[in-house]
Amino acid sequence: MAVTLTINGNEHTLDVADDMPLLWAIRDHAGLTGTKFGCGLALCGACTVHLDGNPIRSCSTPVSAVAGGNITTIEGLNSKAAAAVQAAWQKLDVVQCGYCQSGQIMSATALLAGNSDPDDADIDAAMNGNICRCSTYVRIRAAIKEAARSLA
Amino acid sequence: MNDFTIRKVSRRRFLVSMGSAGAGLTLGVYLPGAAAQDQSADGATSLLEDGAFAPNAFVRVGVDNTVKVMIKHLEMGQGTYTGLCTVVAEEMDASWEQVVPAPAPADASRYNNLLWGPSQGTGGSTAMANSFEQLRNAGAAARHMLVAAAAERWGIAPDKITVSAGKVSAGALSATFGELAEAAAEQPVPEEVALKDPADFVFIGQSFPRKDSGKTDGTAIFTQDINLPGMLTAVVAHPPRFGGRVASFDDVAARAVNGVEDVVQVANGVAVVARDFWSAKTGRDALEITWDDSAALSGSTESMMAEYREMAETDGIDARNDGDVDAALSSADTVLELDFEFPFLAHAAMEPLNCVVRVDADGCEVWNGEQMHTGDQMALAALLGIDVPRVKINMLYAGGSFGRRANPAADYVLEAAMIAKTRPGTPVKLVWTREDDTRGGYYRPMHFHRVRAALDADGQPLAWQQSIVGQSIVAGTPFEPFMVKDGVDVTMVEGAVNQPYAVPNFNLQVHNARSPVPVLWWRSVGSTHTAFVCESVIDELALAAGADPVEYRMGLLADHPRHQGVLALAAEKAGWGTPLPEGRARGVAVHESFNSYVAQVAEVTVGADGSFSVDRVVCAVDCGIAVNPDVIRAQMEGGIGFGLSPALLSEITFADGQVVQSNFHDYQVIRIEHMPEVEVHIVPSAEPPTGVGEPGTPVIAPAVANALRAATGQRLTRMPFRLAS
Ligand code: FES
Ligand code: FES
Repeated sequence: MAVTLTINGNEHTLDVADDMPLLWAIRDHAGLTGTKFGCGLALCGACTVHLDGNPIRSCSTPVSAVAGGNITTIEGLNSKAAAAVQAAWQKLDVVQCGYCQSGQIMSATALLAGNSDPDDADIDAAMNGNICRCSTYVRIRAAIKEAARSLA
Repeated sequence: MNDFTIRKVSRRRFLVSMGSAGAGLTLGVYLPGAAAQDQSADGATSLLEDGAFAPNAFVRVGVDNTVKVMIKHLEMGQGTYTGLCTVVAEEMDASWEQVVPAPAPADASRYNNLLWGPSQGTGGSTAMANSFEQLRNAGAAARHMLVAAAAERWGIAPDKITVSAGKVSAGALSATFGELAEAAAEQPVPEEVALKDPADFVFIGQSFPRKDSGKTDGTAIFTQDINLPGMLTAVVAHPPRFGGRVASFDDVAARAVNGVEDVVQVANGVAVVARDFWSAKTGRDALEITWDDSAALSGSTESMMAEYREMAETDGIDARNDGDVDAALSSADTVLELDFEFPFLAHAAMEPLNCVVRVDADGCEVWNGEQMHTGDQMALAALLGIDVPRVKINMLYAGGSFGRRANPAADYVLEAAMIAKTRPGTPVKLVWTREDDTRGGYYRPMHFHRVRAALDADGQPLAWQQSIVGQSIVAGTPFEPFMVKDGVDVTMVEGAVNQPYAVPNFNLQVHNARSPVPVLWWRSVGSTHTAFVCESVIDELALAAGADPVEYRMGLLADHPRHQGVLALAAEKAGWGTPLPEGRARGVAVHESFNSYVAQVAEVTVGADGSFSVDRVVCAVDCGIAVNPDVIRAQMEGGIGFGLSPALLSEITFADGQVVQSNFHDYQVIRIEHMPEVEVHIVPSAEPPTGVGEPGTPVIAPAVANALRAATGQRLTRMPFRLAS
């Protein structure tokens, strides 16, 4: 069974079953490991990627549902908002173990793409699906505001 | 894991310099007992450069001007790569940019944890505490040899030479470390090197950026990301009840799944091996297994807790006994009695457990977020019937651990090896799903505490009797001989046996419960429960005495100035005693763990319906010399968040012998909406640095409980907290 996916602008024809979650096609077959497995049930956000610019949980999205769409993973981020988010993450040293952070950055980038000046409530709403067991939440909040400022 | 005596690290060391073959010239610095067996007779460095078992140094200066710091500890988020690099950069006067951390191989002869004896591993917040002097010496020796090389080259005295930001210079003369590396390797090794005066520190005490790179662009490699040629992935069906075993299984449907290569029975279940995770998991879910539950856990959390309560009524083992607690309690007018219940807790690190192993004729190679090198090496060697040095471990970043990857039983590592052993030469990646991880045991043990306490006529504590019921973490492990003393597991009583308040009649007893539920250390270990009990009881005593909770504690901590220091600082910065809006209240707690002292003031808001939020936490920490203040702040923030999860949301419970929870919908952990504002203040100190990974965690739950007590009058004695509305 072959599925063709557009990931970070490149076409990948992958020999995977229709019902394989996008996460595993990205990781095990396209070989892009920046997108993480945390729960497999759309509960933690570690697997967040963008489908046509919108954040989705790749662990709970079958490949058959996204053929034809443009998928962006952490490796393919190249927007101004993304650069600002990554720079803010580094400036504030947000990361600890780092395992959740690809997903956090994908969610934060999508938030800023649609809302250039998010307040705490906006941030909580956009980021609540992304668990960080290291509890870097204080800095995630600050870094999103920092990124928004740098984009203004 | 903090009850090892802190030994003074020997300053005697010997250093060996060497030339280099191939990849560039290096300057190696060795510490006691390290070098002899690693040097071939002529001192050549082929062993060093072949990449096998012996890079053989803490500091390596390359001709490319990099300063590689060999890191013997696991980076799991706590910032050890950054902290340990800071120490070396300081004594070498390197530039921050040229310093690169590199994971050390598994070799306890060189990379043992000095606080663990002859064993390599990470835990008990010991990385900085055991490495500080070791790496200062390593860095200072390297600097000394670079200076000597420059002095010889330039024909001047070494004391005319200065080193700063990676530049060795004297007047107009200057050279980089890289330019001097080859010559430095020829220099005699100093017998003794002078360490910097702390007044001259330029790195220590400053917040240089983190060194664990690749974590904002997806390039950091975790165990889950390892992909080796020909590698297969395994997913295992574990027994639904601890102590259960495979009776029989039918794998026809599993083998029919596209991509499945094999099905093998392992010690604790049945593994499906496939070309990718999804095929392996689909195959695993298609297995039909009949379990033998004859020796399995059968009860529920309620039945276990009822047993614990009964045990608390009997005589336990004394862990500490001061004065005559029974007489004092029977003479008291009023006796305060409080029972506390603590559930099992899963570590639930963000990266579910996994491990890559290849077994072949040469031995065994492991890729793992490795937290207990020596223990895992020995377990693997025993399983495979090979010598310990044949077990090569590649230490990767761990996506959290919180203690779970430091398992004396080596559970998931052995499981990976059992599967890999069936396919010699093929690397096998074992992946646990989140459900496997949540239900896989090695939990923070369940505990019951009963405290009876009384005040004297002046409102001072007169008597305090405390009984702890729980499972020993270290019983039956290689740690037992030195961590169980007269029947008392030090990890069960830490934080209680050394409670700091002046109480003339104090008795602490333990009751060792037994169960098939595997238990393990969980970030801050015994203090996860003992700090809660101690700080709740002292708060209640302060209220009974009609005293201010901060002042009351201060008065009873006269012999504990570092407790007092953090308590006073947190109270001051939090505005303790100043008015708050309606519905809002403060609570305080202070606790020492792993030789670091932390006080926190939590502010909560309570709604009429019994809902509440934790809005703000002011934290003060004394961890000796603050090597990297920003990393310390991050660990306090993270520790507070980690401790808030069980206070607000998390518990593992049992029904009919099975774990009820499975994933983040029912094993809930805090999300960004739950995270309070956090303010961290660091007490200036010249004491040797101590750890910060764990000590922030145990303080938050009692601080919040005490705030809720102040707001509502309700004393919360079980977690997660539920207020009566
Ligand atoms: S792995 Fe997809 S949301 Fe957790
Ligand atoms: S940084 Fe470790 S889970 Fe978020």
